[in-house]
Amino acid sequence: MTLPAKQKRELESKLQAYVGKPIGPPQVGRDPVNVPMIRQWCDAMGDGHPAYTDPVAAERSVHRGLVAPPTMLQAWILPGFEMSVETEAPRDEQQALHKLLSDHGYTSVVATNCEQGYARYLRPGDELSAETVVESISEEKATALGIGYFIDTLTTFRDQNGDEVGWMKFRVLKFIPQQPAQTASSADAAPAKPQRIRPLLGHDNAWWWEIVNQGQLPIQKCNGCGALLHPPRPMCGHCQSTDLSHVIASGKGEVYSFVVMHHPQFPGYEYPLVAALVELEEGTRLVSNLVGCAPEDVHIGLPVRVCVERVDDELMLPVFRPAS
Amino acid sequence: MSSPLKDAAAIVGIGATPFTKNSGVSELQLASECVAAAIADAGLAPTDVDGLVTFSLDTNDEIEVARAVGIGDLTFFSRIPYGGGAAIGIVHQAAMAVATGSARAVVAYRALNGRSGQRYSQGVGGDIVTSDLIHWSWYMPSGLMTPTSWVAMFTQRYMHEYGAKSTDLAQVAVSTRKHAVNNPAAFFHGRPLTIEEHQASRFIVEPLRLYDCCQETDGGCAVVITTPERARDLEQPGALIRGVAQASAADQEQMTSFYRPSIATLPEMDLVARQVYAMSGLSPDDIDAAVIYDAFTSIVLWQLEAFGFCSVGEGKDFVQDGNLEVGGRLPTNTHGGQLSEAYIHGVNGIAEGVRLIRGTSTNQPAKNDHVLVTGGVGVPTSGMILGKLD
Repeated sequence: MTLPAKQKRELESKLQAYVGKPIGPPQVGRDPVNVPMIRQWCDAMGDGHPAYTDPVAAERSVHRGLVAPPTMLQAWILPGFEMSVETEAPRDEQQALHKLLSDHGYTSVVATNCEQGYARYLRPGDELSAETVVESISEEKATALGIGYFIDTLTTFRDQNGDEVGWMKFRVLKFIPQQPAQTASSADAAPAKPQRIRPLLGHDNAWWWEIVNQGQLPIQKCNGCGALLHPPRPMCGHCQSTDLSHVIASGKGEVYSFVVMHHPQFPGYEYPLVAALVELEEGTRLVSNLVGCAPEDVHIGLPVRVCVERVDDELMLPVFRPAS
Repeated sequence: MSSPLKDAAAIVGIGATPFTKNSGVSELQLASECVAAAIADAGLAPTDVDGLVTFSLDTNDEIEVARAVGIGDLTFFSRIPYGGGAAIGIVHQAAMAVATGSARAVVAYRALNGRSGQRYSQGVGGDIVTSDLIHWSWYMPSGLMTPTSWVAMFTQRYMHEYGAKSTDLAQVAVSTRKHAVNNPAAFFHGRPLTIEEHQASRFIVEPLRLYDCCQETDGGCAVVITTPERARDLEQPGALIRGVAQASAADQEQMTSFYRPSIATLPEMDLVARQVYAMSGLSPDDIDAAVIYDAFTSIVLWQLEAFGFCSVGEGKDFVQDGNLEVGGRLPTNTHGGQLSEAYIHGVNGIAEGVRLIRGTSTNQPAKNDHVLVTGGVGVPTSGMILGKLD
């Protein structure tokens, strides 16, 4: 999806107004070129060249003293985390340019190229500043990532004497993110229909759900004392027996309590959703849903009957319907 | 036989962060701020503290809090499980620690980004990582997976058995809000609520409406506990712990004890009540004010019954006629409660209990000899009676 032709022309004329302009006053390095930052950078990069960190070896080298790795060039003028914090009001022309594109739907950005050139090695004590100019903005391009514009900037780095010490060309693509459904390969992969949250199955409950999957409602039974137990447990709380089996419930019961759920709404469930605490005629209670009955017609004492039903694509659940 | 824990500890400091919907800081920062504030309120230095206790749910490790606040050596640290049920449980731990000499001064704390971070209202589904997922699996497939839905199930049955109405629940919300209106720290400071507004608010889970439910809050709250002997030397009037207890009752589940003969009562809170009255030698008639855990309005009725302020089923009558307001029989949740001040898992209620004893509540009742403070409902829980330190 892209802009109508007229809007696109207007956007592109606004874009071109940025070309050739500096993005703002020169950025000034927060610290002079210094040994601790060099050492940390070399540690991070795994660069063990002695000219960067060993004063004695550096003195004996062609440099006649410590120098900074040339590829640290941009590190000396980076403004820190501040640059990654989005603000309502753009802080410079580059941010204004990006905002202009974001406002037209080109919301994503990716860096695609970076080239640097170096006029001389930097030494501890050098004080850097850098001026960035928007060098060019491409016509609209269709890329694998989406439709967008390439923006090239040229940054010129100068030392305390105003002499150029290096430059950097940086290219970003500012683009409309591709919708997955628009790509041919994923056109037929419709998003999966949300499902209800599954029970986690373990030793103490998996058998119960297996019987439900066969269309029946089981109740755990203690073979020691005959007690019926729900929810199932690994030991009978009445006689401490672990000799446990089950009976199949008749399926008859009545509503002991119930709720009608409105908020929050979870994917995979239909609202308003009635959950009932049903007392089975065998005497145990369980929580499930009440279906086939308007929420306003549910009341405590309502006779109900179990129906083990498929409630979404796969999940079998013993739900209840009014008995009449 | 008298309990060795009776009158064996006092709360000597309280501290809190601002209560907000988006703190913009880490939970550890909230914890550190409220712990430091409580220590300062007590007139102690961080190095005077040698014990820390919090909720199992809290993400702020004791040692992280200790390092951040500058608390040095620790000789006691402990955690209490089961959500808001831990609220007074942490005081219970601290009281036992100072009474036995395991520690000299213990800070009990709870800090959470409850609105901007993980929200309890969003339920137990999804990427839950608790070990009791099998337990929740009896409820998640039916969609019963939020605190409101669990409490609504008990509430419906209670209303059925005793004839309580939604307008009775509204009395709790409205009286609590009156208190918050006067409390600058409360989210609903200056914003009153009427019965009609309560009745017009949307259902969250029938029969519970929006204003039957507490808020979600970013914030932290902490209290300092030490022995009565040390407490007498400190800056603030100590709040003496007259009786304190934890309880889990038969056939207890976490929020879903649906399988007991009756689900319209709170056996675990009955057990707390029996213990704190026995330990303190006090009775309901001795209690002048209360901070009753109010994650939902209905649970206040059941606790009024559990602690014997009225008979079972009569909570709906007790809450009428301004009984929960200043000047009424039992001024309750004078800070605005969790419904209207903030939801810091009940620990902000402990601070209010201490203020009531000190006489510094923004809604201070005239008589304040004994104050009841309770922990969360529907889970293994806790409670205490505070009194004045002579």
